[in-house]
Amino acid sequence: MVGLLHTIEIAIGATCLGLLIGIGGAYGKLYGGPVVRDLLAVYTTVVRAVPELVLILLLYYAGTDLINQVLAALGYQRIDISGLAAGIAVLGFVQGAYSTEVIRGAILAIPQGQIEAARAYGMSPGLLLRRITLPAMLPFAIPGLANLWLIATKDTALLAVVGFYELTLATRQAAGVTKAYLTFYLAAGAIYLLVTLISNLIIGRIEARARRGMPSLKEAR
Amino acid sequence: MAGEAAIVNVAARTSLWLQPHRIVLILMALGLVLAAAFFMRWDWLPQYYEAGLLGIWRSLWILAVTCVLGFLLAVPLGLAQAAGSFWFAAPAKVFCTIIRGTPLLLQLWLLYYGLGSLFPQYPWIRESWMWPYLRQAWPYGVLALTLSFAGYEGEVMRGAFAGVPKGQIEAARAFGMSRWKAFRRIWLPQAFYRALPTLTGETVLQLKSTPLVATISVIDIFAVSSKVRQDTYLTYEPLLLLALIYMAITGILVFAFSRIEARIPNKIG
Repeated sequence: MVGLLHTIEIAIGATCLGLLIGIGGAYGKLYGGPVVRDLLAVYTTVVRAVPELVLILLLYYAGTDLINQVLAALGYQRIDISGLAAGIAVLGFVQGAYSTEVIRGAILAIPQGQIEAARAYGMSPGLLLRRITLPAMLPFAIPGLANLWLIATKDTALLAVVGFYELTLATRQAAGVTKAYLTFYLAAGAIYLLVTLISNLIIGRIEARARRGMPSLKEAR
Repeated sequence: MAGEAAIVNVAARTSLWLQPHRIVLILMALGLVLAAAFFMRWDWLPQYYEAGLLGIWRSLWILAVTCVLGFLLAVPLGLAQAAGSFWFAAPAKVFCTIIRGTPLLLQLWLLYYGLGSLFPQYPWIRESWMWPYLRQAWPYGVLALTLSFAGYEGEVMRGAFAGVPKGQIEAARAFGMSRWKAFRRIWLPQAFYRALPTLTGETVLQLKSTPLVATISVIDIFAVSSKVRQDTYLTYEPLLLLALIYMAITGILVFAFSRIEARIPNKIG
């Protein structure tokens, strides 16, 4: 059960971090200068072309090592980075690349006139982002972001490989101790499935709320 | 004339692409690569060269086999969901939901550690011809990856089958084609063309899930790099090279699929 809690914690943290990176990345890709745009293109391409498992290993070891070296160079003590923080950071970094693309597409789907009208009213860029762009892009982004959330819950299983104690690793240890492999793996599978199904229900609600006042998908076709 | 225009066009495109800041970025990237080549340790490369090639070959082989088998499984799965009666559609839907709702790593471990631990308890399995295969790890890896690909692709094929206009199939039937022939000549090809763009993405995703088989002791390219890391106590070099290899394979895959996509008739629907 501690494993399940860790799994959900990491999934939520990684999705939130990914969303932040995604919003920033999408803004950079749409409105940034040429250098920012190219760097972001490299970031999304590389992250989406390399297997998550390799990225997790690379960032997990390289990231902690780098931070410790920087700290040592600055004259601080070495710190032990908790698995939770490292897991959230790594998965968030991966999720960020995917959500950048999703949010970029969603912002492009907003009728241009809405943003122009907001600018004409003299809104500052921050206010524009908060009041117009984010709410208006939400209905377009939610299906993609929902997919990302489901992927995040399943990607947490990969952290078992670097030895972080979450649902899959907990299952493996329990199965190894009791020798009842099939039972434990089936139970863990059922838990993951339950998480997915419950999130599907919640996402359906959120989507219905975000799309209120818009023509339904069936009519639009 | 046309040739000249094409050359001018290409020249214009390259000049558009090669803007000054890009040149600077490329130079910086080159500098990074050179720094990596000179300041990091690569002396282990010759020793593991052959193992690495074998690992790449195994990864590609697993990718190809699981994609082909998974696609063959996905066609009936999609068809059952798109056109089957309740008794066909419901199991297919349940299968796809379960596969898509659980992590692949868990499915893999369930098959390998779960099923794999059950088999030795039955003497008749130990004595049968299958035992030499069931004792190894790769059949479980291939099976898990195939099922996962079939689950994801079955959902795609469902949409693709449902997306083919009804009139096409009715016309085929009106021409006197049998059900099977109409399916083979009209329905399946059109659904396949519709699914092709997503198929590219799914194949790349499948490539990215192949390193998971290394966790059940199949020696693919990922396992080779882990072994290098254990033997030489190097952290970054093998992983960086590994990432580069996967990026190269992805690039080749995407290029190959775009060539195939360019060849199909694109006026559908």
